[in-house]
Amino acid sequence: MKSKYDAIVIGAGHNGLTNAAYLAKSGLDVLVVEKNDYIGGAAVSRELHEGWLYSNCSYVCSLLRQSIHRDLNLTRHGLMIVPYSGTTNFSLNGNYIAEYGDHDMQYREIKRHSLRDADAIHRYETDLMRYAKLIRHFLLRTPADPTSFKPRDLGEMMFMAKKFAGMGEEQVYEFMRFMTMSAGDFLDEYFENDLVKALYSTSSIIGTALGVYSPGTAYVLLHHVMGDVDGAVGAWGLARGGMGAISNALAGALKEHDGEILTEAPVAQIIVKKGCAKGVALEDGREINADIVVSNLDPKRTFTNIMDAADIPSDLRKKAENFKIRGSSGKVNIALTGKPDFPSLPADHKLRNGSFQFLDSMERMERAYDDWKHGRWSDDPFIEMTQSSVWDPTLASPGHYFVSCFIQYCPAEVEGGWTPDKRDAFGKTVIDQICNYSPNFRDHIAHMEVRTPFEIENEIGLTEGNIFQGELTIDQLMFNRPFPGYSQYRGPVKGMYMCGSGTHPGGGVSSACGANSAREILMDLKRPNVVPEDDVDE
Amino acid sequence: MPMQTNLQAADTIDHVHEGVIYSPFHRRTSAKNINQQWSVWNGYASTKYYADAHLEYFSTRNTCGVFDVSPMRKYRIKGPDAEAMLNRMVTRDVTSQAVDTVAYNIWCTDAGKLIDDGTLFRVSEDDFWLCAADPNFDWLQLSAVGFPNLEITDISEDLASLALQGPTSCALLKAMGFSGIENATPFSIMRFPFGAGEITISRTGYTGDLGYELWVDPADAELLWDQLFSVGQVYGIQPLGEDSLEMARIEAGFLAPDVDFHGSLHTVDRGHDHSPLELALGWIINFKKGHFSGRAALAKEKAAGKHRRLIKLDIEGNKPAENSILYCDKGCKKTIGYVTSAMWSPVVKANIAYGLVEGQYADGPIWAEIYHQKELRWVRKLAQCTRVTKPFWAPERARQTPPSDC
Amino acid sequence: MSNYDIAIIGAGHNGLACAAYLAKAGRKVLVLEANDEVGGLAATREFAPGFRASVAQTLPQLNRGLVDDLNLEKHGFKLALDAMPTVAMAPGKSPISITSGALSGASAEDSAAYPEYRRLLSKFADAINPFWHKRPPMIADGDMGDLATLGKFGWNLRRLGKDDMRELMRMIALPAQDLMDEFFQDDALKAALSWDCNIGSKLAPRSPNNAVLALLLRMSGDLTDGLPLPAGGAGGFTDALAASATSFGAEIRCGAAVEKVLIDDMSVSGVQLSNGEQVQATTVISNADPKTSFLTLLGAQHLDVQFTHRISRLRNQGYVAKLHLALDEIPTFTGLEKPAGRLMLTPSMKYIECAFDDAKYGGYANELPMEVIIPSLVDDSLAPVGKHVLSANIQYAPYAVKGGWDQHREQFLANALATLSQYSPGIESQVSAAELLTPADLEQQFNLAGGHWHHAEFAIDTWWMNRPTYGASQYTTPISGFHLCGAGAHPGGGLMGTCGANAARAILEDR
Repeated sequence: MKSKYDAIVIGAGHNGLTNAAYLAKSGLDVLVVEKNDYIGGAAVSRELHEGWLYSNCSYVCSLLRQSIHRDLNLTRHGLMIVPYSGTTNFSLNGNYIAEYGDHDMQYREIKRHSLRDADAIHRYETDLMRYAKLIRHFLLRTPADPTSFKPRDLGEMMFMAKKFAGMGEEQVYEFMRFMTMSAGDFLDEYFENDLVKALYSTSSIIGTALGVYSPGTAYVLLHHVMGDVDGAVGAWGLARGGMGAISNALAGALKEHDGEILTEAPVAQIIVKKGCAKGVALEDGREINADIVVSNLDPKRTFTNIMDAADIPSDLRKKAENFKIRGSSGKVNIALTGKPDFPSLPADHKLRNGSFQFLDSMERMERAYDDWKHGRWSDDPFIEMTQSSVWDPTLASPGHYFVSCFIQYCPAEVEGGWTPDKRDAFGKTVIDQICNYSPNFRDHIAHMEVRTPFEIENEIGLTEGNIFQGELTIDQLMFNRPFPGYSQYRGPVKGMYMCGSGTHPGGGVSSACGANSAREILMDLKRPNVVPEDDVDE
Repeated sequence: MPMQTNLQAADTIDHVHEGVIYSPFHRRTSAKNINQQWSVWNGYASTKYYADAHLEYFSTRNTCGVFDVSPMRKYRIKGPDAEAMLNRMVTRDVTSQAVDTVAYNIWCTDAGKLIDDGTLFRVSEDDFWLCAADPNFDWLQLSAVGFPNLEITDISEDLASLALQGPTSCALLKAMGFSGIENATPFSIMRFPFGAGEITISRTGYTGDLGYELWVDPADAELLWDQLFSVGQVYGIQPLGEDSLEMARIEAGFLAPDVDFHGSLHTVDRGHDHSPLELALGWIINFKKGHFSGRAALAKEKAAGKHRRLIKLDIEGNKPAENSILYCDKGCKKTIGYVTSAMWSPVVKANIAYGLVEGQYADGPIWAEIYHQKELRWVRKLAQCTRVTKPFWAPERARQTPPSDC
Repeated sequence: MSNYDIAIIGAGHNGLACAAYLAKAGRKVLVLEANDEVGGLAATREFAPGFRASVAQTLPQLNRGLVDDLNLEKHGFKLALDAMPTVAMAPGKSPISITSGALSGASAEDSAAYPEYRRLLSKFADAINPFWHKRPPMIADGDMGDLATLGKFGWNLRRLGKDDMRELMRMIALPAQDLMDEFFQDDALKAALSWDCNIGSKLAPRSPNNAVLALLLRMSGDLTDGLPLPAGGAGGFTDALAASATSFGAEIRCGAAVEKVLIDDMSVSGVQLSNGEQVQATTVISNADPKTSFLTLLGAQHLDVQFTHRISRLRNQGYVAKLHLALDEIPTFTGLEKPAGRLMLTPSMKYIECAFDDAKYGGYANELPMEVIIPSLVDDSLAPVGKHVLSANIQYAPYAVKGGWDQHREQFLANALATLSQYSPGIESQVSAAELLTPADLEQQFNLAGGHWHHAEFAIDTWWMNRPTYGASQYTTPISGFHLCGAGAHPGGGLMGTCGANAARAILEDR
């Protein structure tokens, strides 16, 4: 480690590594500092139980920009994204609705529950695709500041207006409706069957402190289906070797361009002198200098923890305090010695390889949200259970399985605070729910890791354990993300930048925030841009 | 506690069938499909060709051929509001459609963009069947909002259906005992006792030639097939696969969904759907009948007259212009459209195609950029196109009642 | 058969305002009202001998322009009170009184925060105010008026200044809870201030996107600097509108229920009444809700499929109940010398949210959030001498209550009285008569499908060019000669007559 770098990136999560890799690629001398003894932040895989590789935070990926994957040679650095498919959503009687890749099978599957819904799915997907295609134009772009008269902002506003207008007048009105309405209302415009609606509604609240009937959740639904795998918009993939493979590949790209990573180096403060960022002070007292400091921490943590209140405008401090970064999700990661058995599915059925959910109506989801509002985890939690190791043989030895369970909702604070006992009780609730549908599931458990927002915050550093580094509501999207006036990745002092998911385009393992931020930094340094443009949808 | 489950055993659940499903005629069609050449239509196995598409095609022009149309989606709309609801949904006048007749119809979005086409059967005053190649239940339900007194049911699985097409089809049906069928006028419906119940025969089809469509209870499907093929021996009957039907329908001037037009409800990009005016379907838009969905938009478009046009082309040479881009100049400077369907027509001996072109270029010179292969090597060719206004194939017998030879 | 230029269906305040403007412009106007008296939801009715109350909302957001244009003061319109304070109540806590200028009884921090809150919101309200009174623009029709409206909208945002414009674009999407939490600390104060964000809608303090817009709409009145209380209740306002309309030559017929709108060759030709009588008119304006207007009065056969679907999908289920109590004497509210003002029985936003949680699933809370006024304290026309009327808006009373309202009416009333008695112990014994109007009652008594105050949910997705839906948001409809002027049109519900006035202006411009 040197005592001075051109740029320091705080936090070796995937956006921080992306940001650093591009700064390094441009020729800057870059250091990434990371508080943990491993890199990756929430895109990480570790052997938490001998013989099982856990991706214990993020577990699937869809938004990762393939132009960045290609541009940074991530394949050469060990990354491969493999598609997976097949979600089965069980109702209480064991019957289920499943997602199939094959159009005709999907039609017949929905038709088992509702002919009308089977037919409507085509219209639903078309409308959603239209919105996804629109939003996808903006992932690798810096949001315009609508209050600005600068040529670049006006240009970006024009670009946005053009893309909107390109949809046609009616679709503009439809999009305005879509962006502000609830997922429940949106789904009601297409479907009649509770099980069908339940299946599609789950994307609308994952990671979100809102219910399916809360206005604004239709967008969250879109946020979960606007990614792609090889151009198949809406598809999800797994990183071979776990989500940590993404971070490792990004770190490889960083090192290829001579960037450095320093682990076990928690930052105490960003050093500001005369209104300019000058480096970071580590908690162990070391100081490292740089004229560029980029924070990959969430905006709340950045401006209330590692920046001195005296160094930033008071209104920004207030904005950071008001920033909505609510913990609403939990995770239970499980090492299994046998494949989960779902007796309602025929033996060897293809669906047994997929993901599982246990939700027959949006009302049950909404009730789980009500529990969260009152500071409880729900007795009837929503679980998305992904059998990652079925698709990725590197996660567990043959015959052994790793499953990742994502749980909505789990509050960041419970009465009296989280304790190990409460955490385990939360874990038990989850396992009970799974055992309801897979009675002998418990017998296969070799090891499990229960993570409430409390653990996620403490280990990863995401405030309240919010997986998106901030709620995806309109007041915190596009030019409002993270705060109005600060949406172009620049911080309040010269040389200080943000690059985390708390910035546009928001959460998800996309690398877009980090790349966008790098582009802005290079622009300020008057260096040629090395960040690629997004692959345009044909 | 989580909510209590009461799990059913796997064998009590109606799991979706994996892979293709089979039409009621499958055992028969499969036996004749000697190379097992299948495509998938609405999830059903549908024969691409049985033995030789060229020979099968000629049966529609020379003898008669049978195509299994069971995978079509069929809906029954019944009730006091059925007529009003359908009249508001489709572009033709349903109120003047007589009982026991069929009308080719289209239906459009509010913006006047084509959703799909199909045939509307009026089986009684308040009872209709709508048949279309693709599912339309969603649109029927949307169209029924505000019309409470009707019921819409999917009868696709309740009817097995065959298209019997070609010059000897009438004679064959007569020989099977359906006497009086020769008096069926085009687009009329007749019923006869058959098997355990009834057969409905409509004088309709997708080949532009004399032909009928036969509708029976699925339980009687094989009986129908067997009778057709035993009696039909001497009438030159052949089974038809999709490839031969495709040839016949292009010659006849029929449109294929998702080939010649993209259904507007499934169109993501603006302008990639179509109005019926640009698809030369203006003749079935009845602006005088009162309101129907899309009327205002279509009237506006018609008045403006600037829409694209689907035109018939006779192209020089003998290389089918499949997937070709169309230009208004031989130098390919100005793209004016593209070919939607193209083929070498065996009966007309012409290289025919449909082109969708910008309206102002429809009457000017048109050139097609054709890529074709010669022993693996790809060759580019520019071919001059001549616009054709008459149908490529429209034999007199298709309109005669009784048809000649019957 | 009789002939008019214009027939207006429904003599609610918007129908009457529309009629008055059109008649003033020289049109021959007939207003047809199904009930025996005018006013619709904005009527004042006798619910017990000698006791009168406004059917739905009592407090208007009136504009001087309308009052003056239609000479309402000449026609008997006056205020019983210029500015009614809002009083935040919570059991066991001393009340906080809120006026547009200041808080009293609040903590020092909250009192200090209030001016900035008011400054910001008033500034936003002023910036948006002109647009409540204009025809919503369409973005691509090339109409110069629409372009001017859009341009003015952008300009008004810019004119806020960089910081406030940014705050508006952020705050417009905030739920009431986040908005209040950013400014204040006291739970009851926050709850009372949040009330106007959500009342009348299927929304609660945690619901994003719509709260601030509704708040700004309710701040749009400029008649007085506060909440005015019309003398004679809402009916005092509508009666003046009716008198004004009549004075300009409009004809109003009560007891004349329109059964359908007559269409001849795609254009309106008149209306047919339930008794079979036909009235000819080349323009028909519906003050009824959009679903009733399009699906019942007009009929889907005259409309396109997707348009019909959008209308049928409008969220029009009401969530507010109205309670009227005839009281033998002035009730005593703990902590108040006199129960003057708008008493908010909402101890916290969480309390409101909990009531909403019950209603989401077709139930209702034991402890009901209520907005209570006793208008008879300042208006002796509403109750016999010495006696009083208590009028309360209660959330949440779902239109589609599980089991139906017949089954739940008594229990709901009991819950409301129990809630009231927490603040006014012993009030039950003062009640001589009670009237509870649930959304189902509003639907049944006023032909208002869903019984929704706003006719259709007031929310950003049903706002401006999307109100009630594009294709009908400029007071015109796909049917030539058929227009909307009710709360389902822009800007929405609320006692102000703006929908009617805007519709009249749009129709007059059109000719």
